[in-house]
Amino acid sequence: MTAVHAPLSGLLDVEAVRADFPILSRTVRGGNRLVYLDSGATSQKPLSVLDAEREFYTRHNAAVHRGAHLLAEEATDAYEEARATIAALIGAETRELVFTKNATEALNLVSYSFSNATAKAQHGRALPAGAERFVLAPGDEIVVTEMEHHANLVPWQEVCDKTGAVLRWIGVDEHGRLDLDHPEHGLDAVLGERTKVVALTHQSNVLGTVTPVRRVADAAHAVGALVVVDACQSVPHMPVDLEALGADYLAFSGHKMLGPSGIGVLWGRYSLLESMPPFLTGGSMIEVVRMEGSTFAPPPQRFEAGVPMAAQAVGLGAAVDYLQALRSADDTLTGMAAVAAHEHALTAYALESLAEVPGVRVVGPADTESRGSAVSFVVDGIHAHDVGQVLDDRGVEVRVGHHCAWPLHRRFGVAATTRATFYVYNDRRDIDDLVAAVRHAQSFFGVA
Amino acid sequence: MNLESLYQEIILDHYKHPRGRGLREPFAAEVHHVNPTCGDELTLRVQLDGDTVTDISYDGQGCSISQASASVLFEQLVGESVSNGLATTDAFLALMQGRGQVVPDEDVLGDAVAFAGVAKYPARVKCALLGWMAWKDAVSQAVAAESPEVAP
Ligand SMILES: Cc1ncc(COP(=O)(O)O)c(C=O)c1O
Repeated sequence: MTAVHAPLSGLLDVEAVRADFPILSRTVRGGNRLVYLDSGATSQKPLSVLDAEREFYTRHNAAVHRGAHLLAEEATDAYEEARATIAALIGAETRELVFTKNATEALNLVSYSFSNATAKAQHGRALPAGAERFVLAPGDEIVVTEMEHHANLVPWQEVCDKTGAVLRWIGVDEHGRLDLDHPEHGLDAVLGERTKVVALTHQSNVLGTVTPVRRVADAAHAVGALVVVDACQSVPHMPVDLEALGADYLAFSGHKMLGPSGIGVLWGRYSLLESMPPFLTGGSMIEVVRMEGSTFAPPPQRFEAGVPMAAQAVGLGAAVDYLQALRSADDTLTGMAAVAAHEHALTAYALESLAEVPGVRVVGPADTESRGSAVSFVVDGIHAHDVGQVLDDRGVEVRVGHHCAWPLHRRFGVAATTRATFYVYNDRRDIDDLVAAVRHAQSFFGVA
Repeated sequence: MNLESLYQEIILDHYKHPRGRGLREPFAAEVHHVNPTCGDELTLRVQLDGDTVTDISYDGQGCSISQASASVLFEQLVGESVSNGLATTDAFLALMQGRGQVVPDEDVLGDAVAFAGVAKYPARVKCALLGWMAWKDAVSQAVAAESPEVAP
């Protein structure tokens, strides 16, 4: 308790940030300070996001893209402005951004393009120009990685089951990095002429590993495959530049980046979006409807069936504004670069602090090189559920289990881990509380 | 509610010294149950002699609550009649799903009353029930196998 640590550099002004998040000042479980370390699952929301949603409902609410009255105009403008704000964050064209309910739906939108195009082609039904890229034949291959969240794995398994395509995967080494040079499950071994899709995460939600998307994308493009990137854990936490990344699709969720739940984003190259058949169908996504059949609107409307989640889009726009207005305490960095630096400093401190606890083993890279802020660990002799229970009793809220990455846990020979994730409102005190609570769990269960 | 009332001594004792653990032969039915939210797994076998439960053997991995609960299940139900075993299971289920509002009957539940605190943590109820649901599944398979001519 008496150790004096040098201040961490690169941090945000956490006191000021925390003031924007009322939930962080509540107490939990018998008066404990809330130590929220589960932003990887979902983040908390600043007042500006809640205010933006409230403002939308109190002043502008109407069905977007329907009707010609004033409120409908204002609501549509607010929705489309949010699209532009979010597109600018990742350097995308506004028309390339599709709103979905979350990243899971965004990834399914892409995967269903393949199974839908394949089914329509089999029956000789109409497809948009260029849709051949989405038609799979038995024996075609879809490549994923062993570190995927179920949201970027199960949809591809489904496509394989529906089309006869074969799922292959890139392995993970013992440090938690993609094993790209492995003779059997590396890039060269897994990618080939029949590879049609390579789907991978940009940052593991378990290991924190940032993957070399560019290298994988170049290899995928060399064999003519499309590259789908799960950016759920990257877009909220670091600057993401589409140009540099080289992906064809990118999916992320609003609720993990200070935005509301119920809104996610799919970015796709416009030429690809144009050649995809629709996913969900109904109102708002059509061009002409006759009893005999229908034609469809151009993207992004083609993929936004029904009255959309306008208030959530507006809230996510406000979240992006909030993130971009952040500055590091020493004023050297702004926006997502400041967010990344903040988390980098916290991650380094957390890895150092946990390394000092005997019986605690971090699953994932032990250094901060190409590594984000998910820190998952096992405590020898205590199941993650029990670790989490003791932590919760002290107000430390972490995630326990397989974090929707069951194959990855199997790869590391563990059933479950305890995961702490950091965001803009966390500081060193949160990590000190985490470590103290882990030590308490060890003494409670008599393993240290 | 505090940690000590969740992790009663009896639970920690069963966790550290599980009774009847390990898979044994012979058995009339075997099931494999998982808790998909945390990946905990349990393989459980039931052996009957007429209406008497002569053995429940099990193996698996999981948290203290799920493992202790399987151990208590073994201790409570082996030697009982199937109908008594199922009645105890129903009482345990009611306790677990009672959100802390159900007063447990120690005569029926025995050591299983120690799990009363779990009911106040909805996320852990599934852990406590893992072994019991597996047993319920296995025993109904075992009974069905013994009287195949009786259609349900
Ligand atoms: C890496 C990753 N991919 C996909 C998802 C799915 O996101 P959502 O549940 O918001 O659709 C998550 C979060 O749960 C995630 O962390």
